[in-house]
Amino acid sequence: MKVLLEFDGSQASVDALDRTVDRAVAAGDELTVALTGTAETTHAALAEQVEDVVADTALSVDLREIDAEPAGELVAIAESEEFDELVLGGNTTSPMGKITINKTAEFVLLNSHVTVTLVR
Amino acid sequence: MNSNRRYPDTVSGPFETPPLEFVDRTGRTIEIRPYDSSEAEFDALVEMYTEFDPSDRAQGIPPGKESRVRTWLEGILADDCLNVIAWDGTRAAGHSTLVPDGDNDYELAIFVLQDYQQAGIGTHLIESLLGYGDEHGICKVWLTVERWNHPAVSLYEKVGFETTGAESFELEMAIRIDEDDE
Repeated sequence: MKVLLEFDGSQASVDALDRTVDRAVAAGDELTVALTGTAETTHAALAEQVEDVVADTALSVDLREIDAEPAGELVAIAESEEFDELVLGGNTTSPMGKITINKTAEFVLLNSHVTVTLVR
Repeated sequence: MNSNRRYPDTVSGPFETPPLEFVDRTGRTIEIRPYDSSEAEFDALVEMYTEFDPSDRAQGIPPGKESRVRTWLEGILADDCLNVIAWDGTRAAGHSTLVPDGDNDYELAIFVLQDYQQAGIGTHLIESLLGYGDEHGICKVWLTVERWNHPAVSLYEKVGFETTGAESFELEMAIRIDEDDE
């Protein structure tokens, strides 16, 4: 399966990366990681984090850099390059513990014609 | 969440403060008291939440499994949070909580067990929590609610919450219960 994962360095996206890499190794998925850096987290730092996780596996991962406002770009890449699945970290919670959905996840869920996995 | 949250200018209240007692619409005597940090009250809440109808969950809380209920409760019953419980004798019928958001403001949630809904308990529970919060120097409180949950939205509006964010899946609502300390 051809999988596109969004990675912004947040804890939720680290969890999603771990899970997606495990699955890719087990199932032989072809994994592309879209690095959606902000001003504080550069693409280079994000790439290093991804390489660290992948280093122990036989997996070879394709890295992409996406600039600010990544939601539309993620959906466009997933559709135009015929990915089977788009994976996002979705584990953000309020102080109370309520599950919340960030703007990127919300846009992707509503707009993507490609199947979306929200990792919890 | 969002530290630029908008709050109403008008102060709501004053609200009743716990402990208090009333007779609900079905004739049951209900007592509302602050959480006393005892094991007995903790366990009564665990029992209430493990009985909770899964279809009344909101944004993943209360969690479905007892072990997760306990972990969640340990977080929101901590010393820096404010909690009030509605009691029918020794049975916890409802619970409302204020959790600090790290930004001097508090997130509110309220849960009423299915058997005790639509009996006026929620109104007393939320008002007494806001009164209790005001006593403890809290000025601003916010919450999120699923937009299709009309009974909850009506309750929040009735006590003074205003919708402050409507652009996402959940509605965000906020209330001011005291002037900011300058």
